[in-house]
Amino acid sequence: MNVNIRRAVVPGVAALALLLTACAGEDEAEGGTGTDSGSGGTSSLDTGVSGEVIVDGSSTVYPMTTAAAQLMNAEGSPVEVSVGESGTGGGFEKFCVGDTDISDASRPIDDEEEVPVCEENGIEYTELLVATDALTVAVHPDLAVDCLTVDQLKELFGPGSKVDSWKDLDPSFPDQEITGFIPGTDSGTYDYMAADVVEDESETLRDDFESSEDDNVLVQGISGTQGAVGFFGYSYYEENADTLKALEIDGGDGCVAPSAETAQDGSYTPLARPLFIYVNDASYAEEEAVSTFVDYYVANLADIAEGAQFIPLNEEDYGTTQESLAGIGG
Amino acid sequence: MSVASTAAREATAVVVSSGRSKDRNVASVVFLSALWFSLFFGVVVLLALIIDTAIDGAGRFDLHLFTSYEQGIAHEQAENFSELRGIPVEDLSNRFTGFRAGILGSLWLMVTTALLAIPLGVAAATYLEEFATKDTWYNRLIEVNLQNLAAVPSIIYGMLAAAIMGLLGFQFKGIVLGGAIALALLILPVVIITTREALRAVPTEIRQGSLALGATVWQTTWRQTLPSAVPGIATGTILGLSRAIGEAAPLIMVGLAAATWDPTGFTSKVEALPMQIFRMASNPQGAVQEAASAGIIVLLVMILGMNALAIVIRNKFQKSW
Amino acid sequence: MTVTTEPGPPSGAGSAPVLTGRKRPGETVIRALLMLAAALSVAITIGIILAVLQPALDFFRQVPLGDFLATRDPEGSGELRPAALPLLWGTALTTIIALAIAVPIGLAAAMYLSEYASRRSRKWLKPTVELLAGVPSVVYGFFALSFVTPTLLNDILSLNVSLTNSLGAGLVLGVMIIPTVASLSEDAFSAVPQALRQGSLAMGANRMQTTLRVVLPAALSGVAAAVVLGLSRAVGETMIVALAGGSSKSMSADPTEGHQTMTAFIAQTAAGENPPGSPEYNMLFAVALLLFAITFLMNMISIRIVRRFRQAY
Repeated sequence: MNVNIRRAVVPGVAALALLLTACAGEDEAEGGTGTDSGSGGTSSLDTGVSGEVIVDGSSTVYPMTTAAAQLMNAEGSPVEVSVGESGTGGGFEKFCVGDTDISDASRPIDDEEEVPVCEENGIEYTELLVATDALTVAVHPDLAVDCLTVDQLKELFGPGSKVDSWKDLDPSFPDQEITGFIPGTDSGTYDYMAADVVEDESETLRDDFESSEDDNVLVQGISGTQGAVGFFGYSYYEENADTLKALEIDGGDGCVAPSAETAQDGSYTPLARPLFIYVNDASYAEEEAVSTFVDYYVANLADIAEGAQFIPLNEEDYGTTQESLAGIGG
Repeated sequence: MSVASTAAREATAVVVSSGRSKDRNVASVVFLSALWFSLFFGVVVLLALIIDTAIDGAGRFDLHLFTSYEQGIAHEQAENFSELRGIPVEDLSNRFTGFRAGILGSLWLMVTTALLAIPLGVAAATYLEEFATKDTWYNRLIEVNLQNLAAVPSIIYGMLAAAIMGLLGFQFKGIVLGGAIALALLILPVVIITTREALRAVPTEIRQGSLALGATVWQTTWRQTLPSAVPGIATGTILGLSRAIGEAAPLIMVGLAAATWDPTGFTSKVEALPMQIFRMASNPQGAVQEAASAGIIVLLVMILGMNALAIVIRNKFQKSW
Repeated sequence: MTVTTEPGPPSGAGSAPVLTGRKRPGETVIRALLMLAAALSVAITIGIILAVLQPALDFFRQVPLGDFLATRDPEGSGELRPAALPLLWGTALTTIIALAIAVPIGLAAAMYLSEYASRRSRKWLKPTVELLAGVPSVVYGFFALSFVTPTLLNDILSLNVSLTNSLGAGLVLGVMIIPTVASLSEDAFSAVPQALRQGSLAMGANRMQTTLRVVLPAALSGVAAAVVLGLSRAVGETMIVALAGGSSKSMSADPTEGHQTMTAFIAQTAAGENPPGSPEYNMLFAVALLLFAITFLMNMISIRIVRRFRQAY
């Protein structure tokens, strides 16, 4: 009798799994033939196309690509989009050997390290700019500091920095101890700040600030510590705008606060970072699922960016992206 | 333990428990309290964990938690889209994000892992216990090896599984088979060790009786020893699986990525519940974090359920020889 | 047909006969299959070593061994931070804190279960202790981050710890391995023959004295094995320390700060932005190799201890 019961367990669990699939599967019936709903400029989505699209890369761009996939599925398309988060570099590594159809990237493909690999493997690709992320330097809401110049950012975050008090940056700032919370060294956000803002040769930042891979932890730390400072992507600031204060950044033309407008018109420099997807031309030409997804992505780019709480491209950049898309396989 | 010593133990226990008067001095009472405290310390921590998480996720114990896929669109924008495109808000907004892909994925992974690990583990343990001569160098090597494997960090099994999938020719490794290989590797040492314990607990008299009646070694093992050891094997396997269901790191290393569909076969791309939870907990959106807490409770319920099943099996079918 | 017996384990579980007898033809095949299954475990270890060895060797070709076995990163090394000793220290510190929790509590729970509990209550008490082992480490990690550090350590105990710190991670890690220590210790206590207890009681000792002065020393080898197993589990645990233990290397002895451990380093590097093939990425395999070697060493020590202290009854 023991053996019989044990023999029943495995098929029993399998049956349970299949049962759940079957029961829940009935919800899928909605959405039918999701043709043009006639508003908001939706391009007609062919819901008859099915297949798989494989995407991998930056965890920053991840929410956008998944939002695009989610919207597309909600409008009735059965295309399955699998999105990984191996990081921009990891994504390119897979992309350039043909393992993925699309690569999410929070920086352009590297000319020296990555482009040659793609060329070696005969991978032709198209770069599409999809959104902008306004890297936000946030401080505790009670801090009486409103604006920092890029030079002050370099002083504050650069490697070997000994700045301990806000007063060290500018005599008019309050004499308050600085507690820093910054992303971990393996994150793209860290890389961007180190390489494109602080611009020290070593491409690192000071190592005495607290760091975490989880940006939510940074938000928690900054909002709970007087005199604290840190930086992360705009969506983390936006979600917590009531417990944080965003500093304005002076990139040479006066203090500019991070926002959709300032990121779009280019005034919030150098902390506005472009986000890309790279499309494998061959996948696009040969697989309907890929072309359907990419077309949908670009056609609804603004909505998708807003849905994922990113900053949509301005008119000019959007035009460039549309042109690049038209040029694929041409 | 043989029949004689079991009886002796019972007798002693009766004597000891009636000798309580000697245990009333201060030191003994303090000692006993310390023991009670230790016993329930873990339970208190567990309760704190469950209550804290349940409070965080309180708003999300609804049906959508189980039937929706991951939805990452902020609620306001979702309401806009809903009006514009005629799609119900529940299908878009992050307030209705769910763990359907993770729950189904984990179930598929558990079944496949069991299909891989149980036959291999039981076969290996059977060989080691019933057929192998104990003190040869290679058998001792296997022993040491097993203990070593049981302590290897799970993430390394993910690396190995990715390598195996590559050898098998899979370009995309984040499928049910890939995840199952990683998890099966992880729990194989546990299955082997507990099966060996279960086999050891079967008294030799059973084997000897069978052999005396003319059966071969294999017939004895297959028809007498193994069936008697089944409750122990089942317990060990279920406990191993309940550990596997909570693992995320090895799966990420194999390449499992987010999914918004139901798995349909061994080569379906899939993801697991802990992966979803991990990802959602690092999301900036508060609604998604709330869902992550609710998801943790779902995962804990699944695991506790499996542990309870193992305990019921152990208690009900445990044979005392 | 011959049945020979050889001495089995001293716990009185009975001797294991070496069963030799006539075989039917199919049996040889079956026996071979079973042996293959057993050899699989060795194959797995070899597989792990191979998978880890190649990139690790690449790393050591790219980076001098002295930089790896250093306590500080060399000046101007940029993105690559080759010093591995701080990681070793991080693992050691977190493990010590974890054992400080798990060993006393685990032993005490085991003592109660084996010496004081009746058979009926043990049936439900033992699973209660084992419940702790069922909670996934991801969940423990988030618990450390969201409750232990902010609420318990900072608010209630006013310790002013960093967001990610070794104390919080160590405490939660300790809680997680309590069942490991308790379970094996309980087995060890149960294996001590009743005669010893009876003798002690007959001499006038009470239960506490019997437990502490007779049973515990008699079960020492099993307890030592339990502690070493708990230690290797603590060393190999990834998620708790990756989430709550800290992501920067530190050689300080202050547990209120974050210390990146070997396993946290592996997890964080694997998930990070470093391209596979670069020395930064390959370093994770070098650290994995180090970790594997340490775990192996600890297991060997454990087997030695068990053999050395095992009392024959």
